[in-house]
Amino acid sequence: MKGRNALIVVLAFSFAATITYAQVTFERLVNSGKEPQNWLTYSGDYSGRRFSPLDQINPTNARAMVAKWVYQTGATGKLETTPLVVDGILYATAQDDRAFALDARTGRPIWMYQRQLPGDIRPCCGRVNRGLAILGDKVFLGTLDAHVTALDAKTGNVAWDAVAADYQKGYSFTVAPLAVKNLVVIGVSGGEYGVRGFIDAYDATTGTRKWRFYTVPGPGEPGHETWEGDSWKVGGAPAWNTGTYDPATNQIFWPTGNPAPSNRGEGRAGDNLYSNSLLALNADTGQMNWSFQFTKHDEHDWDATQVPIMIDSGNKHLIAQANRNGFFYVLDRSTGKLVSATVYGKITWSDHKDAEGRPVANKEASPTIAGHTVCPGALGTTNFMAPAYDPKTSLFYVTARDQCDIFSTAPQPYEAGHAYYGSAYFPSDEAEPYRGFLKAIDPTTGEIKWKFEHTSPTWSGVLSTAGGLVFTGDAEGNFIALDAATGKVLWHFQMGGAVYAAPIAFAVGGKEYVAIAAGSALYAFGLP
Amino acid sequence: MSLTIHQSPRDKNKFPLVALRARGFFLACVCLLLLAAIRVAADDRNPLAGDAKAAKAGEYEFRINCALCHGLGARGGGRGPDLTRAQKKHAHSDAEMFQVISSGIPGTAMPSNGTNGQGVGMTDEEIWQIIAYIRSVEVKAPAKPIGNVAHGKELFYGDANCSLCHMVEGKGGRLGPELTSVGGSRTREAIIDSVRNPSRHLAWGLTESTKEFPQEYETITVVTADGKKIKGVALDEDNFSVQMMDSSEQIYLLEKDKLRSFSKSRESIMPTYTPDVLSDKDLDDIIAFLTSVGAK
Repeated sequence: MKGRNALIVVLAFSFAATITYAQVTFERLVNSGKEPQNWLTYSGDYSGRRFSPLDQINPTNARAMVAKWVYQTGATGKLETTPLVVDGILYATAQDDRAFALDARTGRPIWMYQRQLPGDIRPCCGRVNRGLAILGDKVFLGTLDAHVTALDAKTGNVAWDAVAADYQKGYSFTVAPLAVKNLVVIGVSGGEYGVRGFIDAYDATTGTRKWRFYTVPGPGEPGHETWEGDSWKVGGAPAWNTGTYDPATNQIFWPTGNPAPSNRGEGRAGDNLYSNSLLALNADTGQMNWSFQFTKHDEHDWDATQVPIMIDSGNKHLIAQANRNGFFYVLDRSTGKLVSATVYGKITWSDHKDAEGRPVANKEASPTIAGHTVCPGALGTTNFMAPAYDPKTSLFYVTARDQCDIFSTAPQPYEAGHAYYGSAYFPSDEAEPYRGFLKAIDPTTGEIKWKFEHTSPTWSGVLSTAGGLVFTGDAEGNFIALDAATGKVLWHFQMGGAVYAAPIAFAVGGKEYVAIAAGSALYAFGLP
Repeated sequence: MSLTIHQSPRDKNKFPLVALRARGFFLACVCLLLLAAIRVAADDRNPLAGDAKAAKAGEYEFRINCALCHGLGARGGGRGPDLTRAQKKHAHSDAEMFQVISSGIPGTAMPSNGTNGQGVGMTDEEIWQIIAYIRSVEVKAPAKPIGNVAHGKELFYGDANCSLCHMVEGKGGRLGPELTSVGGSRTREAIIDSVRNPSRHLAWGLTESTKEFPQEYETITVVTADGKKIKGVALDEDNFSVQMMDSSEQIYLLEKDKLRSFSKSRESIMPTYTPDVLSDKDLDDIIAFLTSVGAK
């Protein structure tokens, strides 16, 4: 590790007055581990680990951490952004499709972009954005009016703008895209509006769409038979969280969300492929190699859009996901076959598994007209909060909640551009308080090695670092450092706003920083 | 146009065509006004009033759009008042209800249609369906009001000891929830339940949109580093600190890691009022008092 720190120090000197701007090539993205000072993709690397190789801040000195700077975005609502950092410049987004570049050492803005959005956009759950992708000399933003926009990384000027879908029908983007080769890969939101979900790839230079994979198969395509009648046309299955990429097999692993309407299965009899699935797609063509469906014929809004993490264990090439339905799944990523599925939160919806080991829904878990209680609730055991995997502790860290909801169902006609839920869910009237945790799961056994209970459930993601720390935020505004091996709290800072984002780590001038968004601002912390 | 309407009789024949047009315009204006009046009159009453099918569709719309705050069956949730009461605070006629649903109620948690961050909101027809549904579940107020307001007030501020912890119209204690509006929004049954079983729900609601009060009034018991035991309700709490109030309304600001012990319970600090402590009749009187204040 000393060698790595020395490398950072050397980089710091090359840094001093001017930044020699180097293009972010695909090779740099593949080898992101070789530049620990940077945070180049949504999850920090292609494998989705949200693990930083930086180790300057560690359990011995974490208690000395201080706030280094705060950047006020001027936005209101939930800040879900994950920043990128490239050679001393931090790029991030905020509500209403703001994007900005900051001096990562001081938090001072270099440029800002604010999209002029139409007044009648259809976000489901806040006017949020989860971040950018970077490739070459551009950063890429998916917008709430369903465009993909490339911005010049030095100026924020629009380089190209591509229309992906009709926002008035409920399509939007909130996801951080993933740059792969010369492509910008992005998945659509709109599972609450009866969209037909898709994953797109755009030429990063020109903005031309190179391929589209519809997550709901059309007539004649395999999987189409899993939809009743015309229900596939408004079948949902959005793809609103960032997937991963395996350079060895040139496959993209991208998760998908709920079938529409989310709380009513009547009218869409069948498994509803490829909703709530993990898809393995050829990066060049978008052709599907395999799919794995976590929740068949979902009636509880349990999107499977959680970031999957690629884990290599010996000669096993695995991919793990802590799913919204309360099970922790490990798959063989060469075949898509299930390795294990273990419970990691409070669940009542499934008490048995099929021949392949897949949890199967109990009949009585279906929502009823009168409504009845099912666990987890509609928000799930976890949701969009980014998990982390530390290759040193071999633990998978995930934000989890124990909450049950009353699920009721009601017929609702589809109207283009209108919310299409097929009813709603309500807090269980058992007055059982919701509980929130950070859990450390051993992916080889599914065993929960340690857990830290929050005062209330949080929407914060998790970062793990080679320094032996995990970082997370809480609903009350604290940013917290814990010992990665034991879950012991080592440090905390009150930021004054709830956390809906996930942390990152980077280094500038040879010094490690940890950054996270909270309230309306972005915070950076480091050693004094 | 005004120039043609006020012509002198002498000029009448000078511009006959213009005059004729002006008269036609005037007539058209009157007709439009009449039409508008008819439209307002029609909209004042729900065009779908009494339509059972519309009420059913409205029930489903209600569940999707309203029930999170107003509860399943419109009988009130944490934040949203019981809408089955015939007497409503903010809207009486169908047109007023339409207005409230469309534009919200300023100064309250009631949002305007389409501003809950979930899309473009309901169509006019859907709003009328919801109103048809609400009308279908309204419960007629009893012919003779239950309870004696004056006696209820006496009990609230006197022998029943409610005001030791609860404030109504600026008078009373601070340990429990402020209750000025509670009688205007909660069902009788909900208030009875809160008095007879104070720990069953604690403060209503678990999620932000269903919360009746900003606090949950959990009971906190701590022992400080110097051995002092404090019991009270949580004003706020995070992973590392707690802000609490004890029964003498003393506020304590505490760091959890400096405490000898910390425990939190959803067993309410409010005593359970069994019928032998507070009779059904006296409780009715207190509810009558709260209802009269809440209706203001």
